[in-house]
Amino acid sequence: MQSLITTLLTGISVGGQYALIAIGYTMVYGILRLINFAHGDVFMVSGMLLIFLSASLPMTVVIPIIIIATVILGFLIERAAYLPLREAPRMSVMISAIGVSYLLQNVITYLTGGQPMTYPTIPFLAQTVSVLGTKQTVATLITLPMVIVLVLLLTTLINHTKIGMAMRAVSKDFETSRLMGIKINNVISVTFVIGSLLAAIGSVLYFSNYPKIVAVSGALPGLKAFVAAVFGGIGSIPGAVIGAFIIGICENLIKATSYSVFSDAFTFAVLVVVLIFRPTGIFGEKTVDKV
Amino acid sequence: MNNLNKTKSAKSTLIVILSLFAFWGLLLLVENLNLFIPNVPKLFTPTSKLFMVLRKVIVYCLIAVSLNLLNGFTGLFSLGHAGFMLLGAYTFAILTTPISLKVPEDGIFYKYGGSVVNFSLQESFGAIFGTTGAGGTISLILGVLFALVIAGCIAALFAYLIGLPVLRLKSDYLAIATLGFAEIIRTIFQCEVIKLPGGGELVLGKLTNGANMIKGFPTLNSFNVVNSAGQTTLYLSTVVPAIIVSVCIVIIVLLINSTYGRSFKAIRDDEIAAEAMGINLAKHKILSFCISAFFAGVGGALYAMFATTYQAKPFTSVLTYEILLIVVIGGIGSVSGSCIGSFLYIACSEWWLRFLDEPQVVAGYQVPLLKDGFRMVVFSIVIMIVVLFFRKGIMGTKELPDLFKFKKPKLKGKVSDNAE
Amino acid sequence: MPNNVLRLENITMQFGGVVAVNNLSMEINEGEIVALIGPNGAGKTTAFNVITGVYQPTNGRVLFHDEAIIENFPKGKMKKLYAGENNGVYKSTLIKTPDQITKLGMARTFQNIRLFKSMTVFENVLVAKHLRKTSNVFSAIFRFNAQEEKKMREETLELLKLLDLEDVKDELATSLPYGKQRHLEIARALATNPTLLLLDEPAAGMNPQETEELTAFIRRIRKDFNLTILLIEHHMNLVMDISDRIYVIDFGKHIADGTPETVSNNPRVIEAYLGVSEDA
Repeated sequence: MQSLITTLLTGISVGGQYALIAIGYTMVYGILRLINFAHGDVFMVSGMLLIFLSASLPMTVVIPIIIIATVILGFLIERAAYLPLREAPRMSVMISAIGVSYLLQNVITYLTGGQPMTYPTIPFLAQTVSVLGTKQTVATLITLPMVIVLVLLLTTLINHTKIGMAMRAVSKDFETSRLMGIKINNVISVTFVIGSLLAAIGSVLYFSNYPKIVAVSGALPGLKAFVAAVFGGIGSIPGAVIGAFIIGICENLIKATSYSVFSDAFTFAVLVVVLIFRPTGIFGEKTVDKV
Repeated sequence: MNNLNKTKSAKSTLIVILSLFAFWGLLLLVENLNLFIPNVPKLFTPTSKLFMVLRKVIVYCLIAVSLNLLNGFTGLFSLGHAGFMLLGAYTFAILTTPISLKVPEDGIFYKYGGSVVNFSLQESFGAIFGTTGAGGTISLILGVLFALVIAGCIAALFAYLIGLPVLRLKSDYLAIATLGFAEIIRTIFQCEVIKLPGGGELVLGKLTNGANMIKGFPTLNSFNVVNSAGQTTLYLSTVVPAIIVSVCIVIIVLLINSTYGRSFKAIRDDEIAAEAMGINLAKHKILSFCISAFFAGVGGALYAMFATTYQAKPFTSVLTYEILLIVVIGGIGSVSGSCIGSFLYIACSEWWLRFLDEPQVVAGYQVPLLKDGFRMVVFSIVIMIVVLFFRKGIMGTKELPDLFKFKKPKLKGKVSDNAE
Repeated sequence: MPNNVLRLENITMQFGGVVAVNNLSMEINEGEIVALIGPNGAGKTTAFNVITGVYQPTNGRVLFHDEAIIENFPKGKMKKLYAGENNGVYKSTLIKTPDQITKLGMARTFQNIRLFKSMTVFENVLVAKHLRKTSNVFSAIFRFNAQEEKKMREETLELLKLLDLEDVKDELATSLPYGKQRHLEIARALATNPTLLLLDEPAAGMNPQETEELTAFIRRIRKDFNLTILLIEHHMNLVMDISDRIYVIDFGKHIADGTPETVSNNPRVIEAYLGVSEDA
């Protein structure tokens, strides 16, 4: 029973962390129709930055700095690697994303010499609290409320502000929005900024569960979060969040059984099954080709 | 292509065949230079970086071209290539590792008490043709060829099973579903034991050796001719894979230029129009998917031969991305582009930029930044530059022979671009 | 008794709650040129898409040469939502994909030109010959089908000659002027050896002179290829000039049919449609 509670709580928390990354994927896809393969690596870089900075600065200063730095990184990537390809075929932009991902991984490998880096303990998150007779860290418990608050803020932003309206317009029709005087480059930048912000917060929560991280540490959570976004119907924020929670919980339930080696494969198996029955994910819009 | 003039097409076929033979001959000659000339430059010795790179390039050419058939010519965006390579490589390794290595309980399958596959293709052929001299050569070649074909077939079979459900998906969803399948395949091959619900267990390790290495199967070096004293008298380790890969690529090119290839391109250009013109989408998509997987499987098997040892771990989606990068750098929809892309990509990452990994002193000045890993940083920057500034890749959709054709100046009609 | 080529029986196409085509029945006889007209949004292209298998109708049946090719009845979610007529008349479901229907001898063009962009004019037409191939993929790769391939190419060339596209055969399809692109689309459809040709707004975007040429062109191909033609068109001159019979639909419903004279004098048609574009 206790182990089940632990599994579920961990699942929810991992799911929430995936959700924070998945939102970045899904928003970018919604607007640019781009699978931003570099997003998982932005997430990793954020974790690495925290390691580098925490060597000389106190944690209370480091966390805001890395959040800002990640946001700037996301913004710069968009400006440098995606903006020049605005008119290019979608494939080129995606390749550019793969290139950025490659670059970030290689730069980090270079800086760390390929060695695993020890992730510092963040005192506040590492505290343990007892829940229903089980010991949980604050990091595990704090994720869910945090995700809920952030998603509510985000939906308010999207549904009730001017920039949110612009974002919705751009995601529906790129060209027309431009003709209507929306500065699409700004809208896209805002999207990347929000995505990176959430990824930075996610990275603090996610990596505090792991002792060490390496240059490719972002790849797997990135891929899982992306799967979550596709699962929920890529382009839909509630879809991404729900998809992420489902994947997080399922994964941890599987890990608790004797099939634990299949936890990653299982994620993909669920994805494939969902796609076969709902080709555009759970909340995805049905697209009809106009003939 | 569209000329009815037979003599002209016969002539170009002849040119292709001759240039292939010339290419093979040249490779053979250069690889064996050290046999006739005592002090050839180190670069031309068969163990040099040049040949290491060439061998890898040759293998990658096939894999890149097979991915291009799918992504570039059929417009199916698949990211499952690593999975098909892995299937091919495992099939090959399992079928050809000598019995003496895999069956005994203390062999490379020692964790699982030996392999269940108690035969080895080239040894089975050896029983017919003999194991030494010409018989040995024949049985090695037959064993390897059969294993390659079976490797391709297994990959194609899996592609068929995967393709049935997923090929209905569109663009990005197809990409992520194929990526998912590739990851599932990898996990299964890395897995040691599956506990069945009924209480029994399926020891996969007996077939796949779990996450452990398989080794001892024929490698590219097995093609070299060795005399009784153990000295190599003729180096064939680059030429033989080159011949195999060229034949495969020629088959792919023939396919692309056939009526089926035209239908693939029609599907890529406009699915709805293609269907309205009587092209069965499901059938042609799965055909392209299986053929592509077949050659990816053969490529994976050759990759295992190149790498000499084999395990599932490196066959992640990263490998697929790498091949996708090669295809895009070479030009989506250009076979020769994929080959040139493979060469530049591998030569750049493994050879030309090597010096960046070691501290260098130029004119008494210690060049900063140079240390282990800097090569890959520069390499990824080069890739980004190519991606950003050469959007259509090196070749675009052109092929190598197109560059030599004289373009007749012709009156161009008014360019009406009513795309989208 | 005239030979029936195409017959639509009570076709209803409903998307969610929207009935795009409502209980449409029509008949086209061999050798006829029939026009399907109606105001924008009347459901003409939807009807086309049902006939060619792109959409599956909610209810009704389509027969081609007196053989059912498509049949459906409301089921699943549509059972409750269905707002059309003749519910319960059809009991079976028969679905053919567009490629199967094309193979039976029905070819179409598209309202917004859909040529194969990366291919030349010649290749565009050659691709449409693929459906009559007998070779499998292996014989095609190893060129055992050389005879067939040669025949395909010869037929394509002949077709291009016949349709005055031979001089541009090596041009990229999309580099042709607009009018020629329309011709090419028709040529491509003809390459599938159809008995029935469906033209979706063939004169869209053409000037009066081009339209006149097109009229002559359609007449010519009907004669040369022994065709039956169904077309959707807004250019009334062309429709009145060329059609043997006309079907008029509005809001998905059939409102009139008959010869050009009877239709143009029908008050309901004038009210629904011609009244606003009489001056065309």
